[in-house]
Amino acid sequence: MKFLCVDCDRQMTFEERQLPGDGTLAAAFRCPQCGRVVAMLTNPMETQLVASLGVQIGGRTIPAQPMEMVRGMVAGGKEDAFEDGGGHFPTWSDDAQERLARVPGFVRGMVKRIYSEYARDRGITVVTTAVMDAARTELGLEGM
Amino acid sequence: MHIRTYHELTEPDRSGLAAQIMAQRRRVAQRLAGVGRLIAVMSGKGGVGKSYVTAHAARALARVGRRVGVLDADLNGPTAARLLEARDGPLAVREDGIEPAVGADGVRVVSMDQLLADGRPLAFRGPEAESFVWRGAAEAAALREFVGDVTWGALDVLFVDLPPGLARFQELAELLPAAPAVLTVTIPTAESGDAVRRALRAALERGARPLGIVENMVGGAFVGVAGDTLAREFGTPLLARVPWHPTPDVWHQLAETIWNAV
Repeated sequence: MKFLCVDCDRQMTFEERQLPGDGTLAAAFRCPQCGRVVAMLTNPMETQLVASLGVQIGGRTIPAQPMEMVRGMVAGGKEDAFEDGGGHFPTWSDDAQERLARVPGFVRGMVKRIYSEYARDRGITVVTTAVMDAARTELGLEGM
Repeated sequence: MHIRTYHELTEPDRSGLAAQIMAQRRRVAQRLAGVGRLIAVMSGKGGVGKSYVTAHAARALARVGRRVGVLDADLNGPTAARLLEARDGPLAVREDGIEPAVGADGVRVVSMDQLLADGRPLAFRGPEAESFVWRGAAEAAALREFVGDVTWGALDVLFVDLPPGLARFQELAELLPAAPAVLTVTIPTAESGDAVRRALRAALERGARPLGIVENMVGGAFVGVAGDTLAREFGTPLLARVPWHPTPDVWHQLAETIWNAV
């Protein structure tokens, strides 16, 4: 969607976006030649449709975050569905992942979290089988 | 009065909505650059065991050393996480994306089941009135994020477990740089064959490459030859007949056949 100032035959440029909080959106566009300003107002359904596409009218001011739409728009989600590592969450080596996969499914998530937190607390960026062994010894996690 | 058309406008567009969409597509392509083979598992019919076949084929491939992921694209009826024992525990948010859960045999899994509270249907925050207008877009965006925002890493095979019907396949095909290979699951009945035929034809019209047919639930109450019929009609192999109580050998052979087919 674009706005054209017909008198000037110039495409109007985005000026400002406002989200009043009632599900609607207002976006102002200005003619670069005559200065005339028009506002585009979208109803809640139209606003939601644009948001659902994962785009922002007026352009993005910050890069899209991982699963931004799912994390922001899914209702009835688990409160602890995501664990934000703030960019410091350790990765897992392939052999550590294989070992983790042998942990019974119903406790695997908890076990993974324990090892991850152990590594993060110690500034370890990659969980390896050696890190898992060390954590088991230090934390008394025999059998995990 | 002369009014220039949309395509006649040449001035820069600060909103850059088209550019934002293109950036999303690039993100998907970059994320899948480490994926050797992407296989969409589909059927036009519900209840034929797509997720069951997907999960067991994935595990069988992983057991012989392949790096395998499963993306559960059935957003409204997700089952892959349970089948792969990957329901519990939060998904880690990293700077570069969401880390998939590690399921049975090391299969990496992302499913809406991991995100929804138990028993809750998939719902989106937003105006309820005329939600049919935007809900489809929200689901398509969720699929895009499952593909593009997950740190799948280097995989030999990424299975995309599709829901019944055609819509999700079309959304997937829109996202991907190239149409995926499709593994089609049916049960033996003629009714299933009819539904699967339409879905498979639609996929092929979108440029998909048929890997073959898996006939599931063979030897029980379901009678028919849908697997053979579809294979003959589409000139694609019948990869496996999976009985009601398959042994590990069945999955091992299916995995080997899939690997050779792709």
